[in-house]
This record gives sequence, structure tokens and C-alpha cells, in this order.
Amino acid sequence: MTDSTNQSPDLLQGKPKVLLLDDDPDVLELYQQMMLQLPSEPEVHIATSGPSAMAMLEAESFNVLVSDLQMPKMDGLQVITIVRRKHPRLRTVVLSGVTDEQMRARAYSMGIDLYMEKPGNSKELNFLMDCVESLLDSEKRGGFRGIQSKSLVDLIQLECLSGTSALLKITNGKFEGKIWIQNGELIDAAADEAEGEEAFKRILAWKAGWFETFPMESGHPRKIMTSYQGLLLDSAQTMDEARADGSLDLPGAGSEESDVVNNTTVSDTQFFRKAGLGRIQGIEFALKIPAERSIPLQKWGLENADPLANWVQNTLNHFESLGDKCEFGSVQGLEGRGLQRVLHVSMEGGNTFAVGLLGSASREQVEQNVKKVLERWAC
Amino acid sequence: MGLLKRLLKPAARGPAPLPSGSFTVDPNGEIITCTIPTSFSRDGLKDISKLVLRAFKEAKEAELALTELAVNFGAMKLKAREMRGGAMIFLAPRGPAQK
Repeated sequence: MTDSTNQSPDLLQGKPKVLLLDDDPDVLELYQQMMLQLPSEPEVHIATSGPSAMAMLEAESFNVLVSDLQMPKMDGLQVITIVRRKHPRLRTVVLSGVTDEQMRARAYSMGIDLYMEKPGNSKELNFLMDCVESLLDSEKRGGFRGIQSKSLVDLIQLECLSGTSALLKITNGKFEGKIWIQNGELIDAAADEAEGEEAFKRILAWKAGWFETFPMESGHPRKIMTSYQGLLLDSAQTMDEARADGSLDLPGAGSEESDVVNNTTVSDTQFFRKAGLGRIQGIEFALKIPAERSIPLQKWGLENADPLANWVQNTLNHFESLGDKCEFGSVQGLEGRGLQRVLHVSMEGGNTFAVGLLGSASREQVEQNVKKVLERWAC
Repeated sequence: MGLLKRLLKPAARGPAPLPSGSFTVDPNGEIITCTIPTSFSRDGLKDISKLVLRAFKEAKEAELALTELAVNFGAMKLKAREMRGGAMIFLAPRGPAQK
């Protein structure tokens, strides 16, 4: 078995090599001319049939293979099947003239890097060139590759944490969504007619699908101003609660932020969706302990709020007694810090509020964010 | 006699000054070091340390794992830092400007 681990030193250190495979010589010529202009200045070889391409791959090492899908004798999928086995390190791009989801799924399951429709105009052609350049660049930088099934939330977190700029294209059956990430910040999303946060939430509600990563389009306008942590938390919470309620309304519908929400007539689910606590950066959880014991706890971001509520109430009661005994006055607030979180406890209108924030929050951030929570949480 | 009585009459006592300083306690609540004036009773300090240690212990049981605790009273700020089961406790009276 031939493996590209036996790549010659000139391939690793010299110019990158691209192999173009298409049965249409005109297309090959056009792609070749354009690829020769790429910043990485690759050597571009062409092949007009599958057997010819296989022979070239046996003879020389390449970095990227760009293959047409529909070809006589040996089609693109057959070529890819052999390539994945014989040259596992070769980056592969598959171009197709028709939109076929089954074919796309099959191609990705074989471990290709990119599946694209054949460019129909100069903009799409430039996009293909950007993708090839991106693959050549990532090949130069090295790294690990593999096939993995990840949740969309994991994927977005990975992209954001690594501080990259990318366009994530997500396909779920006939639906298609796009998420733009710039320098690790979520800047926009689009799905159907929706855009921005609403589109992002729609995409996040999809349970499965395919994703592709493309280079970021330069100058794309920012339409999402909330941090990705806040949006993910908010969306996850909304979906969990919608699932628990059995409610059919998808996240995003009517998700306009409300400054103050009356919480006496709506459920926790509706209340927190409208209050949008997840939009406040660094907030991990929030708990309201009503003065009236008969009123249930209101919680956000907590699965079981009872241990926390008991601790808060007991500790406040004990210190209240101490304050009386030692003439320190009544307890006005309490703050606990651990390695992972800050817990802020305050009393308003007879109710007790406990807010959990990320441990890295400074005193000023704690004060500001707790204030925001309490403003939205009308007493 | 009346004049002497008036001269020897003890001055009216104001409220006891609030304690200021710090002290450390071991996991059993025993005071190890203390910079709090002796005008504040040792029993008062033990009451404080008992509550602080209890709060840390119960926080751990509630899966909060706190290492610091600050309690704002009307006239006092109590700050405690967990130290291997014991604690270092700071007491600082709060003026009107700090409230």
C-alpha cells in the first residue's frame, strides 16, 4: 500500500502540489490557470480520467486532489475510495454538477475534506480557489485529521475557542444554514429567511446534519452582538425547556429581549426565555428564593436548586443571628468565591437572589452583571 | 458630698466599639492567631469562626466548593478565607460611605 507518509522532502518543504481531475479539458485549463495564481504558488497537474489520476498519484506525491464527481469509466467516488485507502493524507475536494444530498453524505462518509457544487460564476470560482488555498495552508501548518461526529455546539465552541475565522455551512436535509465566525466571535448566521441570532437558534435546533468549513468571507457585516457563550447557553436552555414542556415553538420565534418581565403569570420557561439571562456574559445560573415559602423557587441554569437554596437560607439565617448577637447589624448581602465560580447573594423586596458567575469575573463584573440580572428579574 | 458624687459619677457608656482585625482558626474552630482587640469577647470570635467553618462545610456538601466568603452586615464586613479546613477571618467595620 502506498501512503503519502512516504512523501518526498521536496513536497514537504517545496511548492505544494495540486492534482485536478475532470473529464472536461476546458474546465481543467480554467482551474489550472486560476490555481497557479494562488498565494501558495502550487504546482498544478491535471488528469482527464480516474485511471490517469491514479497513475499520477502512484508516481508522485500531492497535497490536494480536486476531483469531479461525474466522469465516464471511473467516477469521482471510485477514485476517492481508492485515494482514501492508498493516500490517506491527501486532502480531497469533490466537485459536483448537481445538488445531491445522498451523494454529499456518501462523499463525506469517505473522509473527504470538502464537497462543493461546481462553480457557476466568478464569485463561486473564487470561493473554490480560497478553499483550495485554505487546504494548502492548513496542510503546510500540519495538524491532525480524522472523521468524527460532533454536536453542533461542540463544533461552534471549538471554532470560537480557537479564535479562527471561518464560515460554517450546515446542511440538514433540505435545509441549509450558515454561521460566520470571525476571530473566534460569532458574527452572523443565516437560515431560510432568518438571519442573525434568530437564524443561529434555528440552526442549533437541528438535531443532525453535515457541516463544511469554508474560509471566512472578508467584510461580512456583524449582525450578532451577543457572545457565543451567552447564545449557546440561552439556546440550550430554551431547547431543554421546550423539550420538557413538549412545546413545539422553535427557539428564535419571538425571542426579542424584554427589559422587565412579569413573572407572576408565566412559567419559568417562558419567563427566562424572555428575560434573556443567557445574554449576560459570565452568568452561570440564577436562583430566586421567594419570601413566601409556599411559592416555588425560580431557577435558571440549575438542575436541582434545592441544595443551593438550603445553603443560602441556612447561611443567611445563621449570620443574621450573629449580626444581632454581636451588634453587626442585619445581613445585607453575601458573596462566595471558589476556583470555578462566584456566588452572589442579595436580598430585594423580601426575596433572596443567588447568582452564579464564572470564577474569572472581577468584582466590578460581578456587580454589573448581578445588577443586570436583578433588573430583568422584576421583583 | 453631692459635689463628690457628681465628680465621681462614671461617664455615660456609648456602644462598644466594633472589632477590627483578623484571626485564624483551625478546623476545630480553635483560635490560633488573633489581632482583634481583647475588648471583643473570645466567645464572640468563636461564634464567628463556628459559623464560617460551617458555611464552608455546608457549601462543599451543596457542591459549591467555596474558598472565600464575604458577608456584608449593616455595620461590619466579614471576610473569610478557607485554609485547609480552618479559616482566616477578617473583620472590618463599615462606615456610612462603604455601605
